[in-house]
Amino acid sequence: MAELTYREAVARGIAQEMRRDPRLVMLGEDVAAAGGVFKTTVGLIDEFGPDRVRDTPISEQAILGAAMGAAMTGIPVIAEIMFSDFLAVCWDIVANEMAKSRYMTGGQVSVPVVIRTANGGGARFGAQHSQSVENWCMMIPGLKVVAPSTPADVVGLMAASVRDPDPVVFFEHKSLLGTKADVPDEDVVDRLGEAVVRREGTDCTIAALALMVPRALEAADRLAEEGISAEVIDVRSLVPLDTRTLLASVEKTGRFITVEENPRLCGWGAELASIVADEAFWNLDGPVVRITTPHIPLPAAESLEDMSIPTVDRIHQTVRTALA
Amino acid sequence: MEAPQAYDYSQRPARLPDPVDDANRDLDIPLETRVEMYEMQLLLRQFEKRAYDLFMQNLVKGTSHLSLGMEAIATGFGAALRPDDYTFATYRGHAHTLARGAPPGPVMAELLGRENGILQGKGGSMHLTSVEHGMMGSYAIIGAHLCIANGAAWSAQMRGTDQVAVSFFGDGTTNIGAFHEALNFAVVWNLPVVFVCENNLYMEYTPIDVVSAVPNPAADRGPAYGLEGIVIDGNDPDAVFTAARAAIERARRGGGPSLIEAVTYRHGGHSRADPGKYRPEAEVEAWLERDPIPMYHQRLLGLGVGEGDLASIQQSVAGEVEAATEFAKSGDFPDEASLLTDVWADGGSAWRN
Repeated sequence: MAELTYREAVARGIAQEMRRDPRLVMLGEDVAAAGGVFKTTVGLIDEFGPDRVRDTPISEQAILGAAMGAAMTGIPVIAEIMFSDFLAVCWDIVANEMAKSRYMTGGQVSVPVVIRTANGGGARFGAQHSQSVENWCMMIPGLKVVAPSTPADVVGLMAASVRDPDPVVFFEHKSLLGTKADVPDEDVVDRLGEAVVRREGTDCTIAALALMVPRALEAADRLAEEGISAEVIDVRSLVPLDTRTLLASVEKTGRFITVEENPRLCGWGAELASIVADEAFWNLDGPVVRITTPHIPLPAAESLEDMSIPTVDRIHQTVRTALA
Repeated sequence: MEAPQAYDYSQRPARLPDPVDDANRDLDIPLETRVEMYEMQLLLRQFEKRAYDLFMQNLVKGTSHLSLGMEAIATGFGAALRPDDYTFATYRGHAHTLARGAPPGPVMAELLGRENGILQGKGGSMHLTSVEHGMMGSYAIIGAHLCIANGAAWSAQMRGTDQVAVSFFGDGTTNIGAFHEALNFAVVWNLPVVFVCENNLYMEYTPIDVVSAVPNPAADRGPAYGLEGIVIDGNDPDAVFTAARAAIERARRGGGPSLIEAVTYRHGGHSRADPGKYRPEAEVEAWLERDPIPMYHQRLLGLGVGEGDLASIQQSVAGEVEAATEFAKSGDFPDEASLLTDVWADGGSAWRN
């Protein structure tokens, strides 16, 4: 067991899978010689060489097109899109080509690609480098969507994503890159579609993702001091979605709260709220509550960004009010 | 200031085809290959005409983009490719699919939305694919597939197979960003890929020269990426085959990508909905005269192939298209059992537990 940063865990997860599968390659802007602009791919070119870890031009369509073409002809690929906001410039290949090819071709085409991308706010980068766009991907049939919150999950879910024969969008949260936690020394292989109960509780269920997980946990600590027992679930994987864990928790607690970094409309929590309303209505003791970013482009100023993305304070206050 | 350009494009001066280059009959192409190309062109022509007729009978729904008049390009490349090479096409991809050897019956059945279609009715006219024939897909949003063809070429390079990927696209694609990303990327990575622009002079309903900065929309862009600007007669299968053979062999030897602009003309409109009235009448007439098929018929006669041999090919193609039509019509409509299959590799579509 060694303590790794979330950032180091990314390279660790990729290296683990590249050692296992000699076909696996990786490409992206500044990922090879520079080790990535977020330093998440440091050392990979040294171990695996420039044929397997390749720098590309700033051409997101060319990057994902190359990934898809290689994947459908027998080479699994990890492709990096530097900021998740940039998915918008290659969205055709993600949403129309990778996601739909298997269905459209009657099952002839398989696209084993992992698109890694830096997601989320907190870095004061403004509206075009801070978005949480996992909900964009969640609404496209044919894409799997993963967003780890811990270093161990980064490694294990990276392995699961690489080994999955379908396209997976893997969201690495920029504001978690420096966080540290233990990761087992041996290979870590997790499973897609399994949520994890990070903290057990009896009064309410809080579903969170990525950066919102540690914030929800801290809010739960404060709530506990006030006698409120919150269960915190790290959703981890939006597609496939582990509704069993969520519904079982709501059955126990009777209240359901989502904490989302997405802007309000069609954030992932809306889908979860809908499922809970449909299937756990008679278990609910009060309304479902969604804690989200307001429906605005993210502002750059520290003070404004901190008012936008759900904070520990906001989670704490909102839950306390809802349960009062 | 010059007068603004007329917006009734049919009143513009006709852009006439170059005359047939008779020297192409002396190109070094085996006669057997030529006869095969004659047959393939006939198959594509008769298939597309039949597809049109089936529209008129309301048996084909949705839309469809025919290659009538443009058959020589898919044919010439089809003849030059190795069975394990890769083809990537656009929504106008019936011809490219058949030219790789995909069976006409299941292709026709796909247009009719039947369960015996080559995509089991799930893709339709614009997404024809036959991986077992190296036909890696028809991509209905132009541009992406040039980038995806790069990936197949990269994969071949990594696997050391010397396979080549060919990506077909129209003149309109040359003005989309993915075209430029793909060319640059292919050159920088020295990929075994051939980009083939089928320049039929109209992007959809608008003449390509009205919306392009250069006269030859593909070839004139090539030099910006270190590629030779090659323009060929897209209505002469011998010219196409010769250019295809050279580019494919170059790619196979590690010589990197090529860009070929094949000038051609579609006999009909852009799609089912379009009668093509924006084209000058004299232009349409001149290009109908430059039809690749009668020209090739004459060339083969000149090369000593008998009229009777060509007639028997015509007959056998007619029978093949008839059989394909019957096969298609005999198929059932796909039922509910297939609606939710093949989203994921496990065969299903479950997104939750």
